[in-house]
Parts: sequence; structure tokens; C-alpha cells
Amino acid sequence: MSLDRSTVARIANLARIDVPDDQQEPLARELSNLLLWVEQLREVDTDGVEPLRMIMPLPPRWREDSVTDGGHADVVTANAPAALDGFFVVPKVVE
Amino acid sequence: MSELTYLTLTQARAGLLAKEFSVDELLEAHISALAAHRDLNAFITETADLARQQAKTAASRLQRGEAGLLEGLPIAIKDLFCTTDVLTTAASHILDGFKPPYESSVTRKLWGEGALCLGKTNLDEFAMGSANVTSYYGPVRSPWTAVGDNVAVVPGGSSGGSAAAVAARIALAATGTDTGGSIRQPAAFCGITGIKPTYGRCSRFGVIAFASSLDQPGAFGRSVEDCALFLEAMAGYDPNDSTSADLPVPDWKSEVGGGVKGMRIGLPREYRVDGMPSEIEQIWQQGASWLKAQGAEIVEISLPHTKYALPTYYIIAPAEASSNLARYDGMRFGLRVPGKNLAETYMKTRGEGFGAEVRRRIMIGTYVLSAGYYDAYYLKAQKVRRRIADDFTQAFEHCDAILTPTAPSAAFRVGDKMDDPVAMYLNDVFTVPSSLAGLPGISVPAGLSASGLPLGLQVIGRPWDEMTCFKVGRAIEQAADFTTLPYGLEAAA
Amino acid sequence: MSYTIEGNTGTWEIVVGLEVHAQVISESKLFSGASTAYGAPPNANVSIVDAGMPGMLPVVNAHCIRQAVRTGLGLKAQINKDSVFERKNYFYPDLPQGYQISQYLHPIVGNGELVIDMPNGESRTIGITRLHLEQDAGKSVHDRSDDATLIDLNRSGVALMEIVSEPDIRTPEEAVLYMRKLRSILRYLGTCDGNMEEGNLRCDANVSVRRRGETAFGTRCEIKNVNSMRFVARAIEYEARRQVDLIESGQTVVQETRLFDAQKGETRSMRGKEEAHDYRYFPDPDLLPVILPEGYVEEIAASLPELPDAKKSRFIADYGVTPYDAGVLVMEQQTAAYFEAVAQGRDAKQAANWVINELFGLLAKGGKDLSETPISADDLGRLLDLLNDGTISGRLAKDVFAIMFETGQSPARIVEERGLKQVTDTSSIEPFCEEVIAANPGQVETYRKNPKVIGWFVGQVMKKTGGKANPAVVTGILQKMLDG
Repeated sequence: MSLDRSTVARIANLARIDVPDDQQEPLARELSNLLLWVEQLREVDTDGVEPLRMIMPLPPRWREDSVTDGGHADVVTANAPAALDGFFVVPKVVE
Repeated sequence: MSELTYLTLTQARAGLLAKEFSVDELLEAHISALAAHRDLNAFITETADLARQQAKTAASRLQRGEAGLLEGLPIAIKDLFCTTDVLTTAASHILDGFKPPYESSVTRKLWGEGALCLGKTNLDEFAMGSANVTSYYGPVRSPWTAVGDNVAVVPGGSSGGSAAAVAARIALAATGTDTGGSIRQPAAFCGITGIKPTYGRCSRFGVIAFASSLDQPGAFGRSVEDCALFLEAMAGYDPNDSTSADLPVPDWKSEVGGGVKGMRIGLPREYRVDGMPSEIEQIWQQGASWLKAQGAEIVEISLPHTKYALPTYYIIAPAEASSNLARYDGMRFGLRVPGKNLAETYMKTRGEGFGAEVRRRIMIGTYVLSAGYYDAYYLKAQKVRRRIADDFTQAFEHCDAILTPTAPSAAFRVGDKMDDPVAMYLNDVFTVPSSLAGLPGISVPAGLSASGLPLGLQVIGRPWDEMTCFKVGRAIEQAADFTTLPYGLEAAA
Repeated sequence: MSYTIEGNTGTWEIVVGLEVHAQVISESKLFSGASTAYGAPPNANVSIVDAGMPGMLPVVNAHCIRQAVRTGLGLKAQINKDSVFERKNYFYPDLPQGYQISQYLHPIVGNGELVIDMPNGESRTIGITRLHLEQDAGKSVHDRSDDATLIDLNRSGVALMEIVSEPDIRTPEEAVLYMRKLRSILRYLGTCDGNMEEGNLRCDANVSVRRRGETAFGTRCEIKNVNSMRFVARAIEYEARRQVDLIESGQTVVQETRLFDAQKGETRSMRGKEEAHDYRYFPDPDLLPVILPEGYVEEIAASLPELPDAKKSRFIADYGVTPYDAGVLVMEQQTAAYFEAVAQGRDAKQAANWVINELFGLLAKGGKDLSETPISADDLGRLLDLLNDGTISGRLAKDVFAIMFETGQSPARIVEERGLKQVTDTSSIEPFCEEVIAANPGQVETYRKNPKVIGWFVGQVMKKTGGKANPAVVTGILQKMLDG
């Protein structure tokens, strides 16, 4: 699969990564090469093969329903680029 | 340079218990080594003060005869493990200033066993790389250089800082994480021992995720026994990690020397890849001969889907990474590059906060999961992954452990292989298949390349059978008697 | 029952499917140990897992799995013993991980059904497509600042059940009945408290229209934010009309997400606000598949309470109450239990009548619900006993009931203290009868022509006795006196 510029722009937007216009073309080539390389997998016969779900089969791992955490908004927001009154502050979300 | 830094972890432990030297003496020797080797750029953050504080507790616990497994032993932590109130970066700009209000389960165990934290070691950004050249904090150089060449070589990656620190006798041991070879390959490049245990053996809680279904913490040491001791302190069930196994941790360190007599050691024929340097082939055969001489039976095995492991890995790992790294968005912690609105803030923060290799992998991962491509790439890769895992299951019907070279070459110069991502990815050709299958693997130094750089051999075991890896590794270690020091350290020794 | 829209070019019908988000009743969140309590200060109920901090991992809350299975069984649905949590990837400031952990290809609950009772006594079965577990997102506060949004992650990670219906709903009223019935079942099961004001039950409606007689579905729009019972019908009505007008004016309906504006009673496009979604679902590698142990489903099935439909049938069969009354009585488990306590060993129809008309009437007047009733089921039962054994008259019974509601006192005490016991002894009633006859010769004349006027005389005697006289006894005495 060869990626074009517009696909790179679409993927960059989905991934929220700014790719300047002049880098889209080279990135498209680079990603196309990588995809070409991974497409070797098409040679493998996987008919009837179930995709792997757990590498190491383990029994269910469920928690008891009890409150064991919380009560520290200051800690939770301590690393925030901006915080106010216990809230995280982010650029205006336009609804 | 003090000879205390030249002890193995096991020797240093014995020395402290026998009161041959004090915790302070041991620690200060290592702090001096840390300062003396800043040119390696092995550490992102040094924590000598923290270590000195921990040393006080360690000294009194030793005094009272209440020593933990690693009481008073200075070690280093890959900067992918979150450490309370200590800068944790994943070697990424995007985690600028991030001081976690929590401790990873593995490091919590280590401090509980009395280990002293020298610092947080450099790595490839978000553990994505095989040469430790993608770090926002600059490349790590190996303490090794090729014969007749002053150009720095890479320590391997992604746990390059940890490997370099242990090889340069800065730390007695170090933690690493291995996703596709990030412990075993740098161990081989730096002439030390490194073990990636079975997926689920060590908790991933508090370890910054790269690819969740592959990431596994593990250990670096300067001997197989050191790795066994260190891994014992790291491993164990953690209810905070749903993929951690509720199994007892064996007493590996005591049984390392159990020998290989009667074991069947498999050599996978598919690992004789085209263009493999003859010195790699030779060291591999040498390893087989050593084991045979110690009573093991060498058998040829087949892992038919080996050549598809790397492409499989380079679909699954970026796919998981693209999602795991979505939380780095400039909203709750780390870097925020303000834009004129929310959308632009996201784009700029992530565009500037991630380096080129991380961006590349997020893009690929996003693409292979996107509508219309999921089945062709991601689902296909998970099916091939099962085939690869099945290959190992079948192979282990014919052998007890698998012996392979760790990497297809010795370390290369800093700056090489930078233009071609696929050439860089090929470094992991021998480590990725067992990672995809979740199996334990150890790399042990076995000899030197023609240019005088270390070469490692890898031993892959059955699920949860780290014990066999250690025993076979120890047998190779004994036969190889690898005592060469990195050249910069020879004079000091 | 049919619901149609008359357009300029013909008659249209509507097709509706509902997606309901029901907050699971649990102490802690789906994947972390933080509390689910409502109304805490910002970010107080947040663990570092909920905040999406680096290296944090989810661990499934066993109780939430149980609640989902319980709900599935309550909806007579297929329970999938092997389900998978997947990641739904998108960026939003209230989504800390950059993905929502949800279920996609393999939900924990598959096909089920829900029966709605129409006011005309008929019932309709609405198919349930699936139920899956997922995490709630945080809350964005927009009005505190002009250039910033504040984020509170207290809700982030709280367990939700997304319950999706088949597009079987054909009228706005059915949609409301579906919501009421679903809420009722969830409350019976104790898996969601159904409080729409607190956002514990949220509804999105998929609405399309087609010409009557058409079998293919039209293009649908998803209406978000329909967050009260009242608005469910209004939003659907508005949206269906909008689509009919659009098509009849030669335009086409665009498949899109629309927001219901409760103030204006309109739906409006969210286009432009949301880009083309590509959620890149894939199984969450931090979590294992949800494999239900042997016997797990059976054990939960055995613990289910009697649900509204079964209870309703039983009330009709065992107590002989009307289907409508039965429907009202079983809507809330508490009401049904109250009714049964009153009806036990008594005239059930009478009990239903008193509970529905008298008790609910007074409760509604006071804006209270049954949990706040001052009259216990036992006391109401005793009141009916006093009425039925002739201790008090029907008229006085209502007065006693009102006093009980006011004071919370037992009926026996009220009757005793206020001397309201019915008088049946002829000798004490006769003087009153004589008095009334003597004072009203004109009425006596009228009685000769029209014996029905006796009712007037009974009323006068009752008034004089303060309602205490037994009306049957009074009537007997009067008849004898007037005829004699």
C-alpha cells in the first residue's frame, strides 16, 4: 500500500500530530516503504487461524468493588500545565 | 576508581553482609563512577542524594541483620519506570518536568529489598529504538569502542543507558524493559548479561507503556547470577497489572549453576539469515560446542515463521503504541505547546513533543488500525503472531532451550543506520520472535568481534522457565570466560 | 397504535431505536478504586488510573461484570461467556487516556427483549440488540472562563452499561414507555438507579422516517442529549417532522449526530464540531478477555428478583386487579411490595384502589414518593379492616386516612380517640330519625310520590350523627317510620 500526501494528512490529524506541509511528502514515502515491508505477511496462510488474544493464558483477574483510591485532587493535578480550584484547565472546548 | 565498582552484584552483597566494606563506601565509589562517566550520557537524572538517604536505612537494616535481597546495593533504573517525585521522562520532550506522584511496582519492590537508586538511565524515546539514538536527551555512547577507532559505538537500545551504566561499572545492576529486544540486544552490545523474563513475570504497573502486549521489565547484570538475584527482587505477582502472573518466584540465584547435562538445546535453522556475518555464525557454533562439551545435546529445530516476526512486530507494536501514547496530549501533565485553539494545541504539543521515530511509529500504528485497514494489517499480524507462538510451542517439544545469536552484528557507530528505519529494525531480528511469543530470553556475552566489540548469545526458554535460561546462560558464561573490559576502563581496573 | 406524520405528499411513519447509557450501581469505578459517589469536589474521586497517568493499568471491577450479567438476564438476553474490552480511540480533554475502554465486537450481553405495556392494554416487544460495559468520560465545565475549559474527571472511569434497542419503536410514546420500562427493570435489578437528573440514565435516539407501507429504513440521525423522559417524545417528534419536511422539499436526510436543545425543543446538527470518526477499535492489551467462570451466570440467574412483567401477570391472576392497575403497581418494586402487604388476606381490588387512588393521590399532592409515606402498609391494611368489619363507615374511612397521612398515627387510635366508631344500635339512631322527619313535613310529602328521596333523609341523619351512624341501619329505620 502506497500512502499519498492526503492520507498522511488524514492520519496525522487522527493521531493529532502536526506534520508541516513540506514534510508530508517525504513522510508519505517513508511510511509507504514501511508498509511495503510489513506486507510480506500476506504470504502467510492464516486461514482458520484465530488471532492471538493472550500471550500467556491467565485466569480472570477481577478486583473487589471497594473504594481504595481518591481524595487527592491536588496530587492528581500536581503535574498539570494549568489547574484551578482542583480542575484541570485546558484550552476552550467549543461545543 | 575504586575496585568496589568492579565487584559483581552478588560479590558486593556478600561483602556487605561480611562487613568487608560499608554501604557508604560502596555507594560513594559508585557515585564517583557516575560522575567520572558523564560523557557516556547514560543517565537522564542522577539521584545521588536519594541513594544516600536510602543508604542510611540500608546500613541500619544490615546492622540489625534484616537485610533485604539487595540491601545497600547501588543500582540504576531505566527512565521508563515511574519513581515518586523523581523526574520521569521516557527520554521524551513530551514528559518535560513530569514527576510522578506514584512508584512503579518493580521499583517499589527494589527499594523494599534495600536497593539504592543512583539515577534514571537514558533510553530510546518511549523505548522505541535499537541504538539509543532517539532520546530527547541525546544518544548514549557505549563504554566500548572498536579496535583502532575512536568513534563512539551505540550501546544498543532501547535500554542503552542501563546497559552502558552496568558495563561501565557505574551501577552493579540496572532495570530494563524489553519489547522486541530492548534488554537482550544492548546487553550483547555492551558485553554484559541481560534477561527478559516471561511476559507477566514482572509487573508493568508504573512502567511507561510502549506496546502493552510485549513490554516486559527485566534485568541487567555483569553475571548470570547477578541477573538471577536482581530479577528475583523485581519479579512477582501484582494485582494492579491484569497481565501479571500469580506464580511464585523461584530461587533462581541458588540454582544458576545447575548445569546443562542432559538438556536438549535447539538451534533454529531459520536463524541462519542471509548476509549474517561469519563471526556471528562462528560464535553461535562456539556456544553450541561449549554446551555440548558440558553434556547437552544439540538438536536442530525449525521455527518456520521466523522471517515474518519483524513485520508482525512492526504492525502490533506501533498499533498499541499509537493508542498508549494518546494520553500525552498536553492536558494533564508534561509538555503543552499552546496553539490558537484546542485542536492546534493538541497538534503542536504532540508534533513537537515527540521525536521523529516516535511520530513515525504512531503514524504507522494509527494507519494500521484505521477503518478499512484493520483486518489487512492488525488482525493479520495477530494471526501470524499466533503462528509464530505455535512454532515455539512445537519446537519446545524437541528441546529444553533454544540457542541463538542475540543480534546479527556487533555494536555499530553512533550515527550509522539512521537513514533506513528497516535496517535499524533488523537489529532485533533474533530477539523479536520470542518477544512475540512472550518467552523468557537471556543474553550472555560470549566473545569479541573482529573489531573487538562484544558479541552475545541468546538463550530462549519455555514459558515461566527462566531457570533453564539461567542454567544454560551460566554454562556459556563459564565456558566463554568473558573478562574483557571496555577499553576506557582497562587502565582503571 | 399507530403514529403517523401527515406530510404534503403523503403519510409517513417513524422508526426509532434507542441507545441508553445506564450508570452501573457500584462503589468504585470500572477499572480503578476511586469512588463513584455523585457531587464530590472536582477531581476528588479520581485515581491516577482515571487521570490516565503514564504507566497506569486498568483492573476490572468484578461487581460491574456481575451487574452487567444481571441486567442482561433481566432483559432475557443471551449472556456471552467470553467478551472483550476494546479501546475506542479519540481525543477529547475529558478523555484522559485518549481512548475509552468499551466493548465492541464481543459485548458481554447479546440479543434480548423488553415488553412495553400500551395504555390500551396491549403490549409490544422491543428487541434489545446488545448491552456492553464501558467507561464514562469526565466532565467539561465551559462557563467558568471565556478562554478556557475546566476538566473534572470524577466521572471518568465510572462504569456504564450501553443498552442498544433494535429499531422496533414506532411512536414517540413507545419510546417513553420503553425508557420507563427499562428504568423500572434496572431499578428492580439494583443495577442502575435510573436518576436522569444526575445523568445516571442517558438516552440517544436513532430516528428515521419512511412512507407508510415502505419496508426499507430511511437514513437515520442520532439525537444526543435526550436526558429526561419528557424530552424523549419531544425530541423524536421534532426530529421526525424535520426529516419529513426535508424530504418533501426535495432534500435528503444526512446521516449525522444531532444535539437536542431542550430549551428550544429542537435538534441541531453537530456537524463541523465532530470530524469524521475513525475510532480505531482494537482489543485492550492491558486487559484479559472477560471469561465468565462455570456456573457464574446460573448463580446470578438464581438470585434475580421477580421482575415487573412476571409480577404484573401474577397480580392480575392472583389478586384480580385490572391490567392497568397492575401495571401501575409494579412499576416500582417498592410500590408492588407495599401493595402486596396491604392486599395480603384482604380484598385486593379494594387495596389496589386505596393504594393507587388515595395514597398516590395524597403523595402526589405533597410532591412525595412512596419512600416518604407517613402511612405504613400495615396501617393502611388495618384501616381497610376497620372499614370492612363495619367499625367505621366508608366516608369516615377517608377522613381517618387523611388524619393518618397528616399525623402518622394508627387508624385504631384515631378512631378511638376521636370517637369515630360507627353506631349501629337502633335505639340511639331512632331519635335522630324522628327529629328529621318531624322537622321536614314537605320532604315527607315528596317522599310519598318519590321514594328515592329517602337518600336525602339518610344524609340529614348522617350529618346529625357526625357520620358515625351506620347508613344501612339509618335507611332501615327511616323506611319503617316513613312507610308506617
